[in-house]
Amino acid sequence: MSKQIMRLQPCFHCGLDTKKSNITFDEKSFCCNGCKTVYEIFASNDLTCYYDLQSAPGATPKEIEGKYNFLDNDSIVEKLLEFNDDKTQIVTLFIPHIHCSSCIWILENLNKIHSGISSSQVNFGKKTVRVTFNPETYSLKNVVLLLSSIGYEPYISLDDFKTGKEHINRSLIYKLGIAGFAFGNIMFLSFPEYFQVNEFWLDQFKPMFRWLMFAFSLPVVFYSAQDYFISAYKGLRAKILNIDVPIALGIIVLFLRSTYIIMFNLGSGFFDSLAGLVFFLLIGKFFQQKTYSFLSFERDYKSYFPIAITKISEGEETSIQVYEIKKGDRLLIRNEELIPVDGILINGNATIDYSFVTGESETINKYSGDKLYAGGKQTSGMIEMEALKTVEQSYLTQLWSNDVFSKNKEDSFTTVTNSISKWFTLTILIIAFSSSIYWLFVDTSKVMNAFTAVLIIACPCAIALVAPFTFGNVLRIFGKQKFYLKNATVIEQLAAINTIIFDKTGTITSNKKGTATYEGDMLSSSEETLLKNTLRGSNHPLSRTLYDVLKENNIISLEEFEEHLGQGISAVHKDTSIKIGSAKFVGDLQEHSTLNTAVHISTNETYRGKFIFYNNYRKGLSKLFNKLKNKYELAILSGDNEGEFENLKKLLPAKTKLLFNQKPEDKLEYIKYHQSEGANILMIGDGLNDAGALAQSNVGIAISENVNVFSPACDAILDASKFNQLHNYITVSKKAMKIIEWSFVLSFVYNILGLYFAVTSQLSPVIAAILMPLSSISIVSFTTIATNFMCRNLK
Amino acid sequence: MSVIYMLLAISITVAVIFFIAFIVAVRNGQYDDSYTPSVRMLFEDELVKEKPSESILTKKD
Repeated sequence: MSKQIMRLQPCFHCGLDTKKSNITFDEKSFCCNGCKTVYEIFASNDLTCYYDLQSAPGATPKEIEGKYNFLDNDSIVEKLLEFNDDKTQIVTLFIPHIHCSSCIWILENLNKIHSGISSSQVNFGKKTVRVTFNPETYSLKNVVLLLSSIGYEPYISLDDFKTGKEHINRSLIYKLGIAGFAFGNIMFLSFPEYFQVNEFWLDQFKPMFRWLMFAFSLPVVFYSAQDYFISAYKGLRAKILNIDVPIALGIIVLFLRSTYIIMFNLGSGFFDSLAGLVFFLLIGKFFQQKTYSFLSFERDYKSYFPIAITKISEGEETSIQVYEIKKGDRLLIRNEELIPVDGILINGNATIDYSFVTGESETINKYSGDKLYAGGKQTSGMIEMEALKTVEQSYLTQLWSNDVFSKNKEDSFTTVTNSISKWFTLTILIIAFSSSIYWLFVDTSKVMNAFTAVLIIACPCAIALVAPFTFGNVLRIFGKQKFYLKNATVIEQLAAINTIIFDKTGTITSNKKGTATYEGDMLSSSEETLLKNTLRGSNHPLSRTLYDVLKENNIISLEEFEEHLGQGISAVHKDTSIKIGSAKFVGDLQEHSTLNTAVHISTNETYRGKFIFYNNYRKGLSKLFNKLKNKYELAILSGDNEGEFENLKKLLPAKTKLLFNQKPEDKLEYIKYHQSEGANILMIGDGLNDAGALAQSNVGIAISENVNVFSPACDAILDASKFNQLHNYITVSKKAMKIIEWSFVLSFVYNILGLYFAVTSQLSPVIAAILMPLSSISIVSFTTIATNFMCRNLK
Repeated sequence: MSVIYMLLAISITVAVIFFIAFIVAVRNGQYDDSYTPSVRMLFEDELVKEKPSESILTKKD
């Protein structure tokens, strides 16, 4: 078979192998007609450059018949548009497939395909395209259909359905810009003072330079630094001495003392140090603010759910908004559409994929009269259902009414910086007062001088920078290792973990290839060949798995092949017929007690046996658990039945707790209970049913096979291929905390050095201007080098 | 002597002009997406395709 792949070209459009198809066009081979059609569209519009930038960059366009009919509904379209008038409409669409430079190129040349589109702009990081089009000749529906037809189907979910456009907060960049601008200019203006140049003209202009510096420092104090004042005020009101209290104090004292100095012409003041301090602090904030714009950590069910659904009333199909679904409505669910509410199946055979909800990729068959739960995806043909509940009341969505989703985890967590700043601030105030008392008896003229100098020099710039730079750097290193954190606080919380809880399906098992064992009569080699060849034609996930499990066989051509939706497949070759599928389908009448999924086989209408599927656990699972078991309590919470109990027992350390049949609320409660017992819990899950547990835990990590598709709200997203590295990530977080402790020691050394100048009342602007940046820069270099050194082994 | 006032005025004006340019750039969203423009600028010539056989992939020397 390997020879065959060698001989055949991969699909020119999408890169899949073309062995099953025989489609060539323009001397290029394609895996399916869909890919060929996309190529034809591009070729007829002179856009084949698409294939030059990257080879085989495309995706096969999916069948979307009728899926976007809701875009005929003006009130829905209105909600999606960013700008709307008679001549122009602008829409920003999220396109998960955007992944390479070819994508950018083709999407920015949409106007070459249809003149109704005037321009389009891609944001690669966010995976969005902003399309401007003329509503007189083109419509939003046309845009979406066009994008879908070339393999770039936009993802429109209930999340897009909000009034008011997102406001991008750019204030940190402004503040940083202003502080940097003022810092540079003040430095220039204070050069003559640094070098004590006694030149006649410079002396003449000294007062003017000083007032200019004062002017430059105003926006720094009153705009750039305002967050520190606000945070310090909030902290004080809540009776917490956070790190922003000494910072705000330092800034105020610096500003007032400098203003006083230049007002009475006593010197040049500390405006340079002031602007520099604020500038460095803001850089730290900026550095820590690494965000992964293409990931979202805040997703709830709205990101998964469709915006509209087809309602059937009196034989007519109309698109209605999902929120308008009422109890008793008759709904039409097409292939690949999501079931938005709980209901009863009325018509058609449902093959539902609940992988969004449970992480289980295997589909479940439902028949007329069965109950359907919201969140499942229909995967074969059309079905009709009757709504039993509204969206908010459905089984799955109800989970979000739990108040755990409205809590902010960061608020209840005291960071290492803030816990240190408490006694730091107190010490500084004591030193400041005692040195002023000392000078009160020795030299009264120096009291204010010494008091303010202590507050200035002790301003914990370096301390405040330690955590942002260490965490910011670790965040970046993790990001390169496909472990994406929501923010820097997660690292601190990860370091404090003592209990780890795993979800089973999709988390410790992989969605891909399972393993299967055969039970029953042995199959002859010709039967095996037939079996393998029959499976080849089927695209059902179980068929694909079984196909991969079976050993290589010759390729034969079948005389008859038929796929029975939701039941199985049948085929005939020469004088042998075969049936593969459910027990009922192959004609097996025995009761089956097994809890695991099985595929049954019969040849020539006699029952032969069944393949039983077992979960395929992720690589390195046992090793990982053995590494973790000494330091952490381990538990597995599974929504499934006990079918895998024995298997897991063999695989995992003996003391691992195994709990089955856990509902989403059970998982949440389990975590809540253990937290009240003092556990710091790391929850690792993947489906929407883990969302509550992820939100309740101290750190919630979502495992994702493909980080571009959707994962529930969480603190971090871990690429599934890096699952076995989990232990290393926790270790690194702990080491990062150690580095921070060492950096604190280092910055205290600087502070003590500075305090010597301060209490002896010798602090001159030059010393402040040297000491403050020096301490900050050396600390930042220390943490950066240390974290890089520490992470060198991370793979 | 008054020339130094002139120089000061000019230098500060220049500084403020750049500062305003920075604010305008941020406001227009230039800092929102720092990746795509770096790819986009390489596309300029791709659309003019007179000799389709000479693509990037097939070019030899």
